[in-house]
Parts: sequence; structure tokens; C-alpha cells
Amino acid sequence: MESTATQHSSISSLPTPANILGYKPKAGVFDEMMLPSGDLRPHWRTFGSFLSQCSAPDLQSRLDSIQNLLRDHGVIYNVYDDALGTSRPWSLDLIPFIVAAEEARQVAEGIDQRARLLDLILHDLYGPQTLVKEGWIPPALIGANPSFLRPVVGVAPADGRFVHLMGCDLVRDQGRWRVLADRTQVPFGQGYTLENRIIMANVFAEEFNASRVQRLAEYFETERETLRSLAPGRRGNASIVMLTPGPNDDTYFEHAFKARYLGFPLVESADLTVRDRRVHLKTLEGLRRVDVLVRRLDDSRCDPLELSGDATMGVPGLLESWRSGNVSVANGLGTGIITTPALHPFMPGICRHLLGEELKLPCVPTWWCGQKRELDMVLAEPERWVIKEAFVRGARDPVFLGKLDAKSRAVAVERIKAAPHLWIAQETLALSTTPTWVRDHLEPRPVVWRTYAVSTGDGYSMMPGGLTRVSPQPDSWVVTMRSGGISKDTWVLSDGPVVRKTLLGTQPVVIQPARPPSAVPSRVADHLFWLGRYSERLEQAVRVIRAALHRLSGEGTAVQSRELQGCMSLMSELGILPPGSLMVALRGTIQALLFDPKLATGVPQLIGSVRFNASAARDRLSDDTWRLFNRLERDSRLVGPSMTVPGMLGMLDTVVLDLAAFSGMQQENMTQGHGWRFLELGRRIERALNVAGLVKTATETCVTDDAVLTPLLEVCDSTMTYRRLHFARPQLVPTAYLLLQDAANPRSVAHQLETLFAHAKALPADPGRAIQPSERERVSESMAALATLDLPAMSAKQAMALAQVPKVCDTLIQQLEALSLSITEHYFSHAIRRVR
Amino acid sequence: MRYQITHRTKYTYESPVTVCHYVARLEPKKIPGQACPWHELHIQPEPVDSASRADSFGNHTTYFEIEGSHHELVVTARSFVEVKPSRSVQPDSTPAWETIRNACAASGYTAATVAAEFCFASPLITPGQLFADYARPSFPSGKPILAGLMDLNRRIFTDFKFDPTATDVATPLADVMKNRRGVCQDFAQVMIACLRSMGLPARYVSGYLETLPPPGKARLVGADASHAWAALFCGDALGWMDVDPTNNLLPSERHITVAWGRDFSDVSPLRGVTLGAGEQRLQVAVDVMPVDDE
Repeated sequence: MESTATQHSSISSLPTPANILGYKPKAGVFDEMMLPSGDLRPHWRTFGSFLSQCSAPDLQSRLDSIQNLLRDHGVIYNVYDDALGTSRPWSLDLIPFIVAAEEARQVAEGIDQRARLLDLILHDLYGPQTLVKEGWIPPALIGANPSFLRPVVGVAPADGRFVHLMGCDLVRDQGRWRVLADRTQVPFGQGYTLENRIIMANVFAEEFNASRVQRLAEYFETERETLRSLAPGRRGNASIVMLTPGPNDDTYFEHAFKARYLGFPLVESADLTVRDRRVHLKTLEGLRRVDVLVRRLDDSRCDPLELSGDATMGVPGLLESWRSGNVSVANGLGTGIITTPALHPFMPGICRHLLGEELKLPCVPTWWCGQKRELDMVLAEPERWVIKEAFVRGARDPVFLGKLDAKSRAVAVERIKAAPHLWIAQETLALSTTPTWVRDHLEPRPVVWRTYAVSTGDGYSMMPGGLTRVSPQPDSWVVTMRSGGISKDTWVLSDGPVVRKTLLGTQPVVIQPARPPSAVPSRVADHLFWLGRYSERLEQAVRVIRAALHRLSGEGTAVQSRELQGCMSLMSELGILPPGSLMVALRGTIQALLFDPKLATGVPQLIGSVRFNASAARDRLSDDTWRLFNRLERDSRLVGPSMTVPGMLGMLDTVVLDLAAFSGMQQENMTQGHGWRFLELGRRIERALNVAGLVKTATETCVTDDAVLTPLLEVCDSTMTYRRLHFARPQLVPTAYLLLQDAANPRSVAHQLETLFAHAKALPADPGRAIQPSERERVSESMAALATLDLPAMSAKQAMALAQVPKVCDTLIQQLEALSLSITEHYFSHAIRRVR
Repeated sequence: MRYQITHRTKYTYESPVTVCHYVARLEPKKIPGQACPWHELHIQPEPVDSASRADSFGNHTTYFEIEGSHHELVVTARSFVEVKPSRSVQPDSTPAWETIRNACAASGYTAATVAAEFCFASPLITPGQLFADYARPSFPSGKPILAGLMDLNRRIFTDFKFDPTATDVATPLADVMKNRRGVCQDFAQVMIACLRSMGLPARYVSGYLETLPPPGKARLVGADASHAWAALFCGDALGWMDVDPTNNLLPSERHITVAWGRDFSDVSPLRGVTLGAGEQRLQVAVDVMPVDDE
């Protein structure tokens, strides 16, 4: 690489091994950074000289920045068999993986060839099968293969390709890049690759620029263009959706991230329906045709009618729609077959046959035990081999026969003999290593580089970068994120000036400028509605717990204790206080409410519900809003159950502020389309329900003691308003008026009803609503019910208020619940699916 | 023999269904020995869209969608089929079963290696020790394959009890093997699992069987049912031989073939996904009526 004009790369300061933080590669193993002589490889000089000048504290502070950014961006990887919980933070190493420009060019040629080859093989296997008939692929390799989807046989994709997007894992074995695995189902990791880049370019801004790293933005623009071009006969205004299995998937984070980055709606199976053999998106206003479906769902789960029988996933009729050429699917269905490791040994021959070329990127040497000669060779010397499943990849870890004791090895050998076609054998690889930051120093770790490619007109273009993963253990070459692997940003260097297309700061171009703002999938509206309800419910819970805690921490005067009793009544009304709770045990109860993740009415579960609904509508929320949810979760976990009352109060204050920030963002930063409207509806309905319930309970409590009114005003955030109006100790009638009927008070039921009325008027038309009263009429009824209460006339007749307020509150509660149900029926309801 | 066949399937839904998607495999195959000059599929309510094609096993399939609230779906398939008697084969003149097994496991593209697609596990049938142990006595070394098949057929017929209450579509095959009870579908799948466990290619056949009325009684219309049996690849010369373990016989002109595949999941006559809630009731009536020659 040419020396650049920055301070870090003068050749004279070329570091020696001793001053790169003591990094020592293993003898006899190819190291990506360091030559056996101890010199740096040329393409590492810029970054290496920076490293050599770094102090450990400097690196540590950059590592902290990485951790903070990962946390703020909410980068997570869901691991369901993990005892620690459902999500773990993404792990990103401090040191990038650096690839020289020339080497990347060669790899890109190999990847282009490979992707073209895989696509041709798929056309053949689901078409004439000449590869099988002419002996290039053994029939059993296809016939016995569960990834071969027979319903796809005979499909010729209208867009001309099965493979549009490809991932390919490369390893360097004996100095040469080889293919470890192909990924054409749902190539995982591009979203994380982007996130890694954004963070590294941030943390190493100067070094990143000095290194002339090729940018990723162009690759994603190509991908967007390619996907657009796939629209069957409707180029130009293509409607493209990304289909995800949903928030419970391992990599949901990246589905949402990438959908937003590319500007496509992220949808789940239930959002889509096939009518007239065409795929449609169900929106609040009706069905919208889908031209291109980017699937993040394994092909066998895409259509319960023709593929697997799992009725909860997939879109019935999708395969028929694709078969008929009415929708493009990226990648096509059936591509799983091509990721079969047992195909590796046949690739060189297939490549010569189909392309008339040698394979530019060889596979890792592999033998399929489904053939007699190969089986005999493996059985002759079992300890030499690593055994993997031939067909279903990733289901089980590779078995190193040489590392097993004699007895276990015999068992493994018997298993191979029983069904040889299910196994492949590989020799142990000598993977290259790359420097990795481990605790406080650099260590050489085996490296796997996942490259990506996207189809262009006639070939495939490789991403100048990719997702690099290193093993969590020094000697292992099982490198997966599931098994705790560490990821790295991949810096492919440029030999000329870098074209700058920044990923940061600019909004991704939205593909479909014509997309009306109302094209909100019904399911997303559903989640936004519940996001509104749960965040409001959480706020009420936190406020009432805080009011109780305040009274627990004081001197314990008689007034305090009466007010505390009132708080307990309010907590019961909100359903968060377990029945039969005693005041003496209240502190323990509150601790449980705040910290016990199993308590159904507790704060952790409420936060979980907020988080779940926010995740499911992730592509509708801004980055700032998302950061806020991450902060909310963190703030609520700051301290453990053993904390003090002031500590707990501090935490509750922070959570209240976080929630206030969210509702502020909702008002100020969200496009006020239908999505926002449902979030608002949820919040307003929940608030009106809660306030009506609290006023009712307080009124009933007032029969014996009106001390409850002070905490009531506090919980409803109306203390200051009351004082300004009345300059006196709270009394029932003015308090009830302020909370129920004073429309100027943003916490009052009247205010919620007015807002609800405005939203109800703006709801999309629903043809099926004629039978039932519309949402607007329902809100009007509630307004009328509230107006029957003549509070000003009761100021001198408390008994009348005591009798009437609870009745009106009950009516309101019933009507509001009915309103919520009616919205659900009209706009969200997904009929349950069944398969026979 | 010539038959006029009516296969009527009726779903009754407790609450209305608004959208449904179906795939039907109800048209009898056109194969050597069987002709189907006429077939009609009648669907009520009328589908908004439909499309037909041959699947990867050459079975005729029809996709259809129904839109609009309905409480009842009736699918009626009417076919006219002509079946010729099967050729007669001397069981002892057939090749030793191991030659078939070895030919299937060999490399290269031959009739046997293509048939080998049916040697492996499929969604409903997982071959294994349990089935191999049962099958082995029928296939001693050098046994002619058809003789072995007929012996296994007789044993399954004898050892297993026909019992419509013992299983449903979800009963795992290993349970059927242990309990030794089931219906034609179970008999066929046990047979297939046994053959595959011996390394032999076996497929699942769905169709109809003409049932003869008891002596002196009139034939009852609609009393028939759809039927299932198995077929084994017996080498290049013989090709696929059908075998009916439910009745201990080798099918001839009284068996009408509709579809074949690896197991029931490849050939279900009517498979659908409905949008809508509530219970549903299924009624199937099959009528296989022999047509007298003029």
C-alpha cells in the first residue's frame, strides 16, 4: 500500500514485533497481520503503526466506546438456549480484520464465479437435472436431501434467478482462501456488518480514514437496485417487503436494522395474504400488492400449504404465486439444497462442466461418506477426520474423531456406518489467525471471513468487507456467534482514493416515494397500540410505587401512614398489589415489584411488554426512540434488590423521566400517520382507564379517609395544577373535577376523550364497520356519560359525589374497554390459521 | 375393468371461513395399465382462482383459492378410469433382493439409483432398526425379491389388526409398529418403512379399491373409501410392483391409482390452510362403480 499523508504511516517508524503490544503469532501458523519474520504484512502497516503507538489505557477507552455504542444502538443477538436470558449483547472486537485490495479483488472474482455456479446448479436441479443424469452429482445426494424441496421442482423463477443474495464463509488454509460454507437461505450478518462498521468508523475515525478503507454504502445501493429490478413487469414503482419470522428470531435485530436501512417495510407472515395467486400486504386501509419479497425465513417455512406443516409461519399460496411469476422472492425457494456440505467434493467437476472453468475458490477438502470409496477411506483411519452432517447444516457441532476416546469413537463410527449418506468427513484445518483483543492484550485467533455478494445484471458483486468472526478459544475452529464467537469489522483496503458515500447521518433513500403514509401493516398498528397502552401502564405503576415509597421513607407520621394506606388502595386498583398485602411488608412487596422478573404485575414484566411491542414495530421507531428504550431497560436494572429506599426512588425518578422523554418524542418526532395514531389511541385509552379507576377507588376510600387524595393527585401528575387552583388541602369534589372533567388538564379523562375523538375521526375507513357503532360514536357516548356528572353542583354535597362518581367511572371503564376491543376487531384481528 | 368414481369431501365450519387455499390431488394417474379419459373437479363455493400442474412425482395437482365468507366447502371429483389386469410374474424368477439393494446404492445414473430416492427417510417415515428387525426374516440371503415382498406382505396382514380407532393421521409410525394396529395408510407406511430399512426403494400409493358387496347383497353407493398401498422397485426388468398389505394381495385391476410419493404427506388428496376460527367437521364419501361393458 502507498504511504498516506497521515501521521501514522511513515515507513521509518515501522514497528517491530516487540512493540505491537507484545503480539506473537503461533509458530508455523499463517498470521493475517504478521509475517514469520516478525514484520507486518504491507496492508497492515498503517493500522499496525497506530497500534504500536497505542497505550493499553487508550485501547481500553476505545473498547469502552465500542461497548457503549453497541448498547446504545441496542445491538443484540438472541440466544434461546442461553441460561442468562433471551438476548445477549453483540460482541465486537477492537481490532479490525484487514484485507489487501489485490487479495479482495481475487476473492471477489472467486465469489462471483461461485454465485453464478450455485444459481446454475439450482436451475438444473429444479429443472432438467442433467447434472444428476450425466453423473456430476450422485442421485442420492439429492434424493435423500431434506433441503431438496420437491414442490419447487419445475419452477423457473420469472426474475431469472434463484440466488440474488449470497453469503460465503471463507477460511485461509495453508495460505489460500477456501470456501467453508455457502449461505443462500437467509445469509445472516449484513445488518451486523453495517452496525460494526458504523461503530468502528466512529471509534477509529482517524485510523479508518488513513487506512483508505472501502465503503460499504455502494454495496447496499446495488442490493437495493437489484431488488427493485426484480419486480415482475412493474419496474420503477416496485413494492418490496422484507419477511421476518418475528421478534423472537435470533437475528431479528438485523432484520429490522436492514429493512430500515434499505427503506423496505419489515413484515411478518400474518401481514401477508395471497389472493388471486398474488401476494398482498394487509394494511389498515386494505390489501396492497407486493412485487418483491426479501425473505428472512428459511424456505421450508415460507408456505404452510405446500412446504412444512407449521401453520404459524409462512404465507399459504406464496409458492404458487412465485411459481406463477407474480412475485419475486429473494432468495428463491429451494436454495437450501445448495448449502449442502456434501456437494463440496463435486464442485470442481460441476464448475468445469457448467462454466468450462476451474473453481477460483476451492472448497475445504471434503469427502461424502455416501460413496463407497470415500466411506472406506474414512473408516480405515477414523482418527484423521472431522465428521459433520452432510445435509442439515449447523444442527450439530463437528465431531473431531481424533479427539474422542476409543469407545466414543467406536460409537461415532457405528453411527456413520448405519447411514453413511448422512455424513461428510474433512481433515482438520490449519486456519490462519488474526490479532484479537483478549482482556488486556492481543492474541492470535482462528478467523472465518463471511463475504457477501449480490446479483447484478450478469454476475455478482462482492461486498468490500463482510462479517469476520474469530473463535472465542485459541485453538478452536468452531466459529459461530451462537457458540460465543467474537465479530470484527472487515476493512478491505483501496489502492486508490476512497469514494465517500457515508452511511452515517444521511437517511437511506426510500425506494417507494409513492408509498402513502397510511400503508401501515395491521400487525404493526396492533403493536403500536399496545406499545402505547403498556408504556402508559408502566408510567402509572412507577408513579404509584414512587408515591408509596416516599411515604415509607419519611418520619412515619400519622398523616404519612394514612396516605400510605391510600397508596395501597390505588396500587390495588391498578392491579399491581398482590391481594392481602400488608403495610408492614410493603417494602418487600415493592422490592419484588421493582426487581422480580417473574412477578406478572411487576415493573420488569411491564418493561418487557413495552420492549416486545417496540421491537415488533422496530422499523417504525426512530433511532433516538430506540436508544431511549434501551436506556429505559438499563435504568431500571441499575441496582440490585438489596438497594436502599433512596436508591429505589432515584431509579423510579429516572424511569419516569425516560417515559416522559418517550411520550415527548412521540408528540414531536414521529410522523403523525396512522402508526402514530394507534400509538396515541393506546396511550389515551390506557390513561383514561387508569384515571377513571383511580378516581373511583379514591372516592370509595374517601368514605372513611380522604388522605388518599394527596397521593391520587401525585400519581395523576396533577398536584401542582390543584395547588395553583385551590391553595388548599385536596378535597374530593374539586379533585374529582380536575381529574375527570377539566379538559384543560392533560391528565384528565375529559382530555383523553377529546383527543380520542379527534383520532377516531381520522381512522381509516373500514367497510365492515356498518354493523357496530364506530369508534367515534363510542367516544361520543363516553363523553355524554361523563357529562351526566354535575360535579360543580356537588361541592356542598359530598355524599352525592361519593355515590355518583364511582358509578360514572364504572360506565366509563366499561365503554373504554369496549372501545379497545372494537379497535382490535376492526383493525388488527388476524383470524387464526389452521392446517390440515 | 372400467369404473366411474366419485370422491366427495365436505368440510363444515363452526364459524365462517373468509379465505382458504387448497391443493387437491384427486385426478387418477395416466400410467401404463391405467387410463383416465375423463375427470372433473367440482368445488363449491366456486374458487376465485385455480391452477393445475404435475408435481415432481407426476401427480396431477390443482391449486385453488376461495374468498368470501362460507360455512361449508364441498369438493367433488368425478373420474372415469380404465384399469388393465397386471402382468403375472413368477415370484421365484425375480432377482435376489440384494442385487436390487446394491444397484440402488451404486454410483451412476440408472433406473435403480433414480428409484433410490425412495430408499431414504421422508417426512412421515423414518427407517430404522425396529423395522429392519421385523423385515429381515422375509429377506434371507438370496431370496427372490418378489417372493420376499409377498412373504412380508402376508406377515404384515397376519400380524397387524385393521382398526380404524387405533390411529389418526398424527400417530407416529413407530407406535403403529409397536401396537400392530391401524388402517390402510398405516399398513402401507409400515411396509414402506420395513423395505427402506432393508435398503430397498419403496413408495406410497394412494387411490381407490373396488369393494365387492357381500354375496347376495346389493352394492352400496358411497360405502367405499380412499385406499393406500405400497410399491417396491424390483429391478430394471420388473420395475415397480404394487403390494397391498391391508388385503394381502398384489393389486391388479381392482386398484385405481391416483397419486404416489414418499409417504402420505406427498399425496394427500386435499390439503388446505383456512383463515378463520372454530371447529370443523370432515365427511368423505367415495363411490367406485364398475361400468359394465356393453
